[in-house]
Amino acid sequence: MISEKHINRIITRLGYEAHDDFSERRKIFIIFLLLGLVILAGVISLVLGAYNISVELVYKTLFLHLTMGDVSTISKLHNTIIWDIRFPRLLLAVSVGGALAIAGAVFQSVFRNPLVEPYILGVSSGAAFGAALGILFHTIFFSIQIFAFIFASLAVVFAYFLARVRGQTPIVTLILAGVIVGSIFSALVSFLKYIANDSALREIVFWLMGGFYYASWNDVRMLTPMVIIGFIILWSLAWKLNILSMGDEEARTLGVNPEKNKAIVIAIATGITAFAVSLVGIVAWVGLMMPHASRMLLGPDNRFVIPACFLMGAFYLLICDTLARTLTSTEIPIGIITSLLGAPYLCYLLRNKGKSILG
Amino acid sequence: MLHISDLSFRYAQKPVLSDVSFSVEPGQLCGLFGPNGCGKTTLFKCCLRFLPIEQGNIRMNSTDVSHRSVEELAKTVAYVPQEHKPPFPYLSREVVLMGRTPHIKGFFGIKRQDKEIARDAMDQLGILDIADEPYNQLSGGQRQMVLMARAIAQDTPLLFLDEPTSALDFQNQMKIWGLMEDIVAEGKTILACSHDPNHVAWFCDKVIVLSNNGILAQGEPDSVISENTLDLIYQNTCSVCSAGGVPMVMPRTVAARMVA
Repeated sequence: MISEKHINRIITRLGYEAHDDFSERRKIFIIFLLLGLVILAGVISLVLGAYNISVELVYKTLFLHLTMGDVSTISKLHNTIIWDIRFPRLLLAVSVGGALAIAGAVFQSVFRNPLVEPYILGVSSGAAFGAALGILFHTIFFSIQIFAFIFASLAVVFAYFLARVRGQTPIVTLILAGVIVGSIFSALVSFLKYIANDSALREIVFWLMGGFYYASWNDVRMLTPMVIIGFIILWSLAWKLNILSMGDEEARTLGVNPEKNKAIVIAIATGITAFAVSLVGIVAWVGLMMPHASRMLLGPDNRFVIPACFLMGAFYLLICDTLARTLTSTEIPIGIITSLLGAPYLCYLLRNKGKSILG
Repeated sequence: MLHISDLSFRYAQKPVLSDVSFSVEPGQLCGLFGPNGCGKTTLFKCCLRFLPIEQGNIRMNSTDVSHRSVEELAKTVAYVPQEHKPPFPYLSREVVLMGRTPHIKGFFGIKRQDKEIARDAMDQLGILDIADEPYNQLSGGQRQMVLMARAIAQDTPLLFLDEPTSALDFQNQMKIWGLMEDIVAEGKTILACSHDPNHVAWFCDKVIVLSNNGILAQGEPDSVISENTLDLIYQNTCSVCSAGGVPMVMPRTVAARMVA
C-alpha cells in the first residue's frame, strides 16, 4: 500500500512541496482531479457513438485488448468499431488537445503575451497550404499529412529566420514575421482553392475545419509518443519558462540564456503543433483558451500550468470530438465546435477576469 | 571585485559611454551618480552583457565577463532593474524565488531550502505581508522591494542596483540603504546608482560621478560630492552645507533661507 509518506516523498522529489509552510498539495490535488476528469470523459466517450454498443461489451473488448486476452470471442464488427475506430480516435483527440494546449502555454510564456496562440508563427497556414497541395496533387510518396507537416515546419523556419537580426530574435519582429508568413501561405491556399475542382475544394474546406474522421492506430503511433516526449521536456523546462516570461534581460540576470532556451522551447512547441495539425487539420481555440483556464485555476507558475494545460486540452477536445460525432447523424467538423464553445468562454474571461488575467 | 577599463559604448550613432574606467573593491558600497541620460543604466547593461560593448574590458572577480556564460554571470552578479512589470500575475514570493534560479539544478530542482532563503529575504525587507499578492498588481515601490528581495535571495558577491530607492517612501529608502550597508558588511560588493546626492554622500564608501562626457570625478564621497562637481552637472543649483559635520546638499534657493 502506498502511504502518505511515499506520496509526500514523490512530490518532494519532483521539486514540489508537500509540507505545511509552502504546501502545494492543493494544486497537485487539482491536477489529479483533472486527470480523473479526462479518464471519466474517455470512459463515457467510448460508449457513445452512432452505432449502439452496450457498455458492458465496450469494456469487455477494451479489457481483453489491454490484457492481451483472446478477442476472438467478440464479433468482428464490434471489435473494429471499438478497438480500431473509437479507441484510437479517443487517444488521438487526447494527444492533439494536450499538444495544442501545452504549445499555447509555451508560446504565451515565451512571447510574454497572454493572447498568443500556437499558430502565431504560421504553423496552421503552412500546414493548410501543404494539405491543399497534397489534396490537389496526389503523389505516391507523400501523403497529405506529410505535405502538411513539411510546410508547417517550413513556415515557422521562414518566420524565425525572417525575424532574426544580428543574432537576436526580438518578440515583436517574430510575431510580425509570423503574420507575414501566415498571410503569404493563406494567399497561396486561396489560390489553390481557386484552381481546385469541386470535390478537391470540398476536401480542402473540410481539412481546414479539422476533424478526427480518419483517426487510425497509425496516427496514434506517430503522434502520441512525440507529444508525450514533448510534454516531458517542456514540463522539465517549466521553471525556465517562468523566467523567460519575465523578459530577456530578466532571464539573463537570473542565469537563463534567453536565445538558447527560447529556441529550444519554440522548436518543441512548434514541432508538436505541426505534428498535431498535419494529422487532424486546424483545430482552433484550444491553444489559446486552455492556458488561460489553467492559469485561472492554478496561477501562472508553469510547473503547474503545463500539466494542467495538457489535461484540460485533452479533456476539451475529447468532449468536443464526442459532440462532433454524436450531435447529429453526420459528423460536424471539430473546428466549428471548439470555436462555438470557445468564443463565449473567452468573452466571459474578458468581461469578468479581464483585468487580472490580461494585466 | 569589479574592474572596468576604457569602456565605450554607443547606441547607433549616439555615443553614451566613452573611456570609462574605475574599479570597486570587495566590501565596498559604491555609488554611481550623474544627471539623467548620462549612461548609468547603460553602464549596468554593458557590465551584464545585455549590450555589446564597443571597446574596453570589464572584469569581475578578475575574470573578463566576455568569457563567461549567462549561467556563470548570474552566480556572480545580481541586478535590480529600475522598473519591470511582467504580463503574468506571479505571486511576489514566486518572483523572489526566481532569484534562486542560478543555484538550482535537476528536474525542477527547487528545494525547500531555496524557498526558505526566499522567505528570509522577504522577511529581511519586511514585505512578508505581500508575499501572496500578485507581483504585477503591486505599486511601483512594492515591486522595487520585491526585486530587492530577489537580488538578496540570489546571494551573489556583487550586486548592481539601478536606482533602488527611486519609488520608495522615506522610511523604505532608509531601510534599503541600511540593508545595503549590512550587505557590504558581509563582504559583498554593491554598485548602486542614485539621484539623491545626500544619499550618496551619507551612505556610500566610494562615489563615481558620471557625466555625458565620461567620468567627472571619483573617490571618497566627502571629496567628490562638492559644490564644484555638483555645479558642473547641475548648473549651479546646489549648495553643500554642513549640519554638525554631516554634509548636506540642498538647493541654493533653500540654502539662501538659512540663518547664518
